[in-house]
Amino acid sequence: MKTWVTPGGVHPPENKHQSLTLPIGTLPIPEKLLIPLSQHIGTAAKPCVELGSAVLKGQKIAEAAGPVSVPMHAPTSGTISAIEHRPIAHSSGMLAPCIEITSDGKDQWQAHQGVADYKNASASTLLQAIAEAGIAGMGGAGFPSAVKLNPGHERPIHTLIVNATECEPYITADDSAIRERAAEIIEGIGILSQILGHPDNIMIGIEDNKPEAIEALEPHVQGSGISVRSFPTKYPSGGEKQLIYILTGQEIPSGGLPADIGMVCINIGTTYAIKRAIVDGEPLISRVTTMTGDACGINRNYETLIGTAVSHMLEHSQFNEERCSRLVMGGPMMGFSLTSAEVPIVKTTNCILAPSYQEIPDDEPAQPCIRCGLCAEACPVSLLPQQLFWYSQAEDYERLEAHNLFDCIECGACSYVCPSNIPLVQYYRHSKGEIQKARAEKVKSDHARQRFEFHQQRMEQAERDKEAKRAARREAAEQAKATAGAANNGAAKATAEGQSGDSAADIIAAAQARAAARKVSPEQQLAKFERSIAGAEMRLQMAEEKLTEADAQQTDEQKNILVAAVEAARQKLEQAKGRLAEHIKEHKGEQVD
Amino acid sequence: MAFKQITSPHAHASQNTGKVMQLVLWATLPGLLALTYHFGWGSLINVLLATATAVVAEALIVQMRGRSVSFYLRDYSAAVTAVLLGLALPPLAPWWVVVVGTLSSIVIAKHLYGGLGYNPFNPAMVGYVVLLISFPIQMTSWVTPLALLPEGVSHPGLIESLSIVFAGYSPADGVTGPTPLDSFKYSDGLLVEQIYSQNQLFSQAGIAGVGWEWVNLGFLAGGLVLLGSRIFTWHGPVAMLAAIAIMSALFWDGGSSDSPGSPLMHLFSGASMMGAFFILTDPVSSTVSNRGRLIYGALIGVLVYIIRAWGNYPDAVAFAVLLANFAAPFIDNYTLPRTYGHIDRRRATEKGEEEKSK
Amino acid sequence: MIETIAQYPILAALIALVGLGILFGALLGFAAEKFKVEGDPIVEQIDELLPQTQCGQCGFPGCRPYAESIANGDAINKCPPGGQATINAIANLLDVPAPELDAEHGEEAEVRTVAYIREDECIGCTKCIQACPVDAILGAAKLMHTVIADECTGCDLCVEPCPVDCIDMLPVEETIKEWHWPAPPTTADIIASDLRPQL
Repeated sequence: MKTWVTPGGVHPPENKHQSLTLPIGTLPIPEKLLIPLSQHIGTAAKPCVELGSAVLKGQKIAEAAGPVSVPMHAPTSGTISAIEHRPIAHSSGMLAPCIEITSDGKDQWQAHQGVADYKNASASTLLQAIAEAGIAGMGGAGFPSAVKLNPGHERPIHTLIVNATECEPYITADDSAIRERAAEIIEGIGILSQILGHPDNIMIGIEDNKPEAIEALEPHVQGSGISVRSFPTKYPSGGEKQLIYILTGQEIPSGGLPADIGMVCINIGTTYAIKRAIVDGEPLISRVTTMTGDACGINRNYETLIGTAVSHMLEHSQFNEERCSRLVMGGPMMGFSLTSAEVPIVKTTNCILAPSYQEIPDDEPAQPCIRCGLCAEACPVSLLPQQLFWYSQAEDYERLEAHNLFDCIECGACSYVCPSNIPLVQYYRHSKGEIQKARAEKVKSDHARQRFEFHQQRMEQAERDKEAKRAARREAAEQAKATAGAANNGAAKATAEGQSGDSAADIIAAAQARAAARKVSPEQQLAKFERSIAGAEMRLQMAEEKLTEADAQQTDEQKNILVAAVEAARQKLEQAKGRLAEHIKEHKGEQVD
Repeated sequence: MAFKQITSPHAHASQNTGKVMQLVLWATLPGLLALTYHFGWGSLINVLLATATAVVAEALIVQMRGRSVSFYLRDYSAAVTAVLLGLALPPLAPWWVVVVGTLSSIVIAKHLYGGLGYNPFNPAMVGYVVLLISFPIQMTSWVTPLALLPEGVSHPGLIESLSIVFAGYSPADGVTGPTPLDSFKYSDGLLVEQIYSQNQLFSQAGIAGVGWEWVNLGFLAGGLVLLGSRIFTWHGPVAMLAAIAIMSALFWDGGSSDSPGSPLMHLFSGASMMGAFFILTDPVSSTVSNRGRLIYGALIGVLVYIIRAWGNYPDAVAFAVLLANFAAPFIDNYTLPRTYGHIDRRRATEKGEEEKSK
Repeated sequence: MIETIAQYPILAALIALVGLGILFGALLGFAAEKFKVEGDPIVEQIDELLPQTQCGQCGFPGCRPYAESIANGDAINKCPPGGQATINAIANLLDVPAPELDAEHGEEAEVRTVAYIREDECIGCTKCIQACPVDAILGAAKLMHTVIADECTGCDLCVEPCPVDCIDMLPVEETIKEWHWPAPPTTADIIASDLRPQL
């Protein structure tokens, strides 16, 4: 089987054997489990349990909020002991909304069953079940699987790629899962194939440093149409884009998705979770996580409940804090450092790495870049990392975009090879963040400009209206004067000054016409009066209320003011009523007519 | 338990700048040995004197800039510059020539531009050109190769060499003489064949010029070691050597009296190999992409040949490299590699999202 | 004619120069017409760069009037909300050196703030509503007002008119989604900044 070779890449020491000496183990159920509401890409889930309520294992505790979101489930039975912001596994060490479950130790399942007759179930039923089980990609990014598996009719899928590459050093979660659960994984792939309408090609991509896993898969793929493709080990072959290129020689267009070229790429751990969800009806509440690094006496894989604190794992792995140089969630190339061990394992956590100072020493101070180009040689997407570094330092964001900064997958190969120890990836992350922030601010400022312009327009309109009203009033006054004058002077003057009299008459006529036009219909007038009466009544009522309220506590002076206010309101009300009565009388005749 | 907040990647290769530079220093050894064997102690004295000057100058300047001296000296970059300059200077050049050249390299060409990583021009070549223009006489008297020394004359011994360099003693008659490129330049009206038969530099040589061919082979060997250990890529050196070979083949002119010399002669005399593997590959002042390096190398090769053949100087690597340094950022702008997922390569001069509108 | 020119070579030079001048002038004029680039008017471009808080700290009633004033040669360092980043961007656009922010007009805020009305203290006077340049305050006479935080530009203009001082400018907290890695500490920098004390 032909495979393609990506440019660049590095070969860091693999260090995978340590955690493969023992089979997948389990940890005692921790006393408390902390489930972050956002463990995936997309909107955070919405809690659907009350504080203090009892939950059973597998019970839904948070709903998906929106189309790109996944629900959360209780990993064990117990009570909800907190719904609040807690530190989660994130590079920032910041807090995020979480649900805490205090375990009752019974680990009691809620009633569950798989999709009935799933082999003949429709794709939408299966997708629904996957979405309900809270499954998000378990390889690292955490994209909701049901969304990924439903690319729509306009993008038919001809190739399904299962990612078993696991190219990062130290991590063996997928490797050990394949060794022990090959049959279930293949069953999961079968379900995926069914959902995607049986694509032409189904491939499992795996690096050739996992011969045992390949061997374990072989008997199960016989006659299933699934091919296991192994290729030379190189970091980062496990990136979605890289793997697709290695297996098919095709590239995902920049900014696009695999579905754009008719492919779906899914992590092999996720296929296992999908099998559990469809066949056994179990939501995603645990996953295989590698516990490794020399600072731990025991290196092995655990079937870990989602929400288990990292410290709980460390405690049961003979962790020696003195020896530990840093604590990493994920692998040594793309994993992020944890500032606290009290953060929970989430759906995307494939590894906890606690290396000793001998394995991963503290970073040396950065030296100047000598543009040696080793980074460009190592870059798997053919960027020029040293130029990106240069422009990042200069904060030249336009150049950064022209150098395709946003195609960087942050694999860390450039920093790995850099002889000057420059934290290149951090520069890129910082610049990406700054550019995104600037874009967001641009959107915000454009929006503010629009609102300001509208505000401006509104004010001008109001000003114009006011001006127009004032002009009309002035005109009316003048006209009244003119009419009076005209009446006094009589017709003689009008005849004597023939033409001018004509024009004066014209003006009068015009003004009268305008006045008539301005005059509102009696019904409108009536409504207006009624409104003003209602308003006056309300004011009166309020004033009275205030007065009774104030009676007890306030001084006479204040009381007097309030009494006056009540009186004023009453008078206003009277006035309004009088006006209304007048109006009705005036227009009675008209109505009869 | 509290842990450090550190960005990924956490693992690092064991390579560092100091090690790279040390390897480059070791790789100059075959060339230095060939120079010492064929031209006496002069080159070794140059190299040592230049290195001492460079280290002291670097330390002083780093001190003045308020930086950690030990941290900056550990990158060996000053030593590399000095060694390359020392190798390029004529053996037995007066001490002050070496010192002035080294100071120009380290102080002017390197630190005034911001130190390691910020110099737009190759420091060693800046030092060399400063000397070549300022002290043409000292810079053009080269030592006669061992094999061609007149009867009864030998290269000065170590003590004698030191007195020539430091005390200004004149070397014995016949110890200095022209280089192969000099000979070609100043042999007007002779057919190539005639030059080859009349001039011992060529008639006793294997492929290019007595002594010089070995020096060039020495640098070639060192360069191949560096290439093998992936200190640089093949693109620059190969492009430069190919350009020299093609140019000299094109203008070979059948060996007439106007011919500037054969490809073999151009490839293996003067500073061709040293230039190709040690000067042009200086990463700081060269281009950054592989395609860029092809253009950059070829540009240097063409310029070297043009200046050698029709210019005023017999050799031209220093000028060619400096001229190409000028062009490097320009070349970079138009030679970005094609990034994964893009249909075509972009230009660095594009602004932001421009590509999409096309 | 020819003889005169031959006699006075200065004439030949003069004619040649004038001729060349006319020729190239025409060429340039033609090119300028033919390859004219329709760019945004400079005021638009400057306005694009201003932060649109409409705060008036620059002394103009809004961002656009200030942009117009800059286009007419006003100083570009009068915008505290935009800060140094905006000054640099405008300097870059206009190809002038970037000055530091003029302290007379205020200081650059460390964090973005938005207005927040302590609602139980609000008396419903509508003064802040009238002051808000982007209509980000909701409310009616004698009824409690509130700020739409997403629309608020943090311009401060509503704080002053409030008769009961119930408006606070509160910093906007960074969310975990907005967080990104800070730039690494610089260990080896360009020499100009070397000896400058840490700001």
